[in-house]
Amino acid sequence: MSNHNGNPMLPESFSVKRIKNETDDTFTVELQPSKKVLDLSFEAGQFNMLYIFGVGEIPISISGDPCSTDSLVHTTRVVGTVTKAMRKLHVGDLIGVRGPFGNPWPVEEAKGKDVVLIAGGIGLAPIRPVINYIISNRNKFENVVVLYGTRTPKDILYAKEIKFWEKKHRIQTFVTVDRAIGEWEGNVGVVTKLVARTPFDPKNAIAMACGPEVMMRFTVRELQKRGIANSSIYVSTERNMKCGIGHCGHCQFGAEFVCKDGPVFRYDKIAHLFDVWEV
Amino acid sequence: MDTLERFLADHKFLEEMKPEFIEQIVGCASNVHFSSGDIICREGRDADKFYFIRDGKVALDIHMPQKGSISIMTLDSDSVLGWSWLFPPYRWQFNARAKTEVSAIAIEGACLRAKCINDHEFGYEILKRFSRILAERLQLTRLQLMDVYSANG
Repeated sequence: MSNHNGNPMLPESFSVKRIKNETDDTFTVELQPSKKVLDLSFEAGQFNMLYIFGVGEIPISISGDPCSTDSLVHTTRVVGTVTKAMRKLHVGDLIGVRGPFGNPWPVEEAKGKDVVLIAGGIGLAPIRPVINYIISNRNKFENVVVLYGTRTPKDILYAKEIKFWEKKHRIQTFVTVDRAIGEWEGNVGVVTKLVARTPFDPKNAIAMACGPEVMMRFTVRELQKRGIANSSIYVSTERNMKCGIGHCGHCQFGAEFVCKDGPVFRYDKIAHLFDVWEV
Repeated sequence: MDTLERFLADHKFLEEMKPEFIEQIVGCASNVHFSSGDIICREGRDADKFYFIRDGKVALDIHMPQKGSISIMTLDSDSVLGWSWLFPPYRWQFNARAKTEVSAIAIEGACLRAKCINDHEFGYEILKRFSRILAERLQLTRLQLMDVYSANG
């Protein structure tokens, strides 16, 4: 979607086409434009500013398929006032959308390489467009591996879809949970532990990680131990994005603005900021 | 070089260990096999062995009354299972259950402890390598305890 109205600060009107609970505290909302003709194209990793009228506006990553853009798909967690209000929307309700904003994942650069995608918790949502893109262009990528960590088995996002990534699309997927009670037969432990056993060629691989910052810090260390260069590691950061165009300064991260220069950064460009306590 | 010795010499845990030390470990080793669902060790029982997992998946769990078993970690091929054999009172601190068919090499704890006492250089090598595993597991557990995926994480 381009900022078609010429003003990136002016929201476009969309209506809720579908809304679906993913887990106890996450949901996916699918939006369609109120105007018939609107370019909804985006690049994997970008985000939109979603505005619940009378409540507020928040940044949410696009979690749909960049190769099929007839609607906008966002998955988020019910965590604050705006997402609580968003969860209460019904099909047909209106919502304001600005975007897409931000620097995307390097999917073109990943062609011809092994791809390691590492996600934690709700961090799988911004990674999902990369997976969808790879599925549509599977032969252009070498070995593709998804490592996904979450709290408990009932917190697994896109649980049904994940099963098909491996079965149908040759995307090896390893899921691990922090805690398991009962029938769970999969991995237990943090997602970083999976990196050591992941099949990829560090000399010809690209890694993309999204999740809580502390998880990404440990993930980067594990990737480095495997011999992957910092310039081949990409992370998606999160800050308090407001304007989306690098003007307001709310999301300043060192000398960078997360909304404009990120949210996806090549790790070697921001490595020095990862060790700073409060940026 | 027999199969046990070859496997142990190639194991990450014993990387770059002197061949004569590997031989000492082989003297305490035997091949074992567990079926899916088998209990490999049980909390509070004698910890007379530890295992190099060759193939399969093992769950470490703790039993909580009225809640059942809480799985805290899974171990896969090339992992080392068990350090309770190393410290008095030599009792398992958790349960380990085979989640799949598991083949492993079991090392007799008392046998290896005796060799560590007789040869301090060998003992230091063993302790150093187990300390590394303990440190790695501690780090992983810390990360788990942070509950980073929670809404407030």
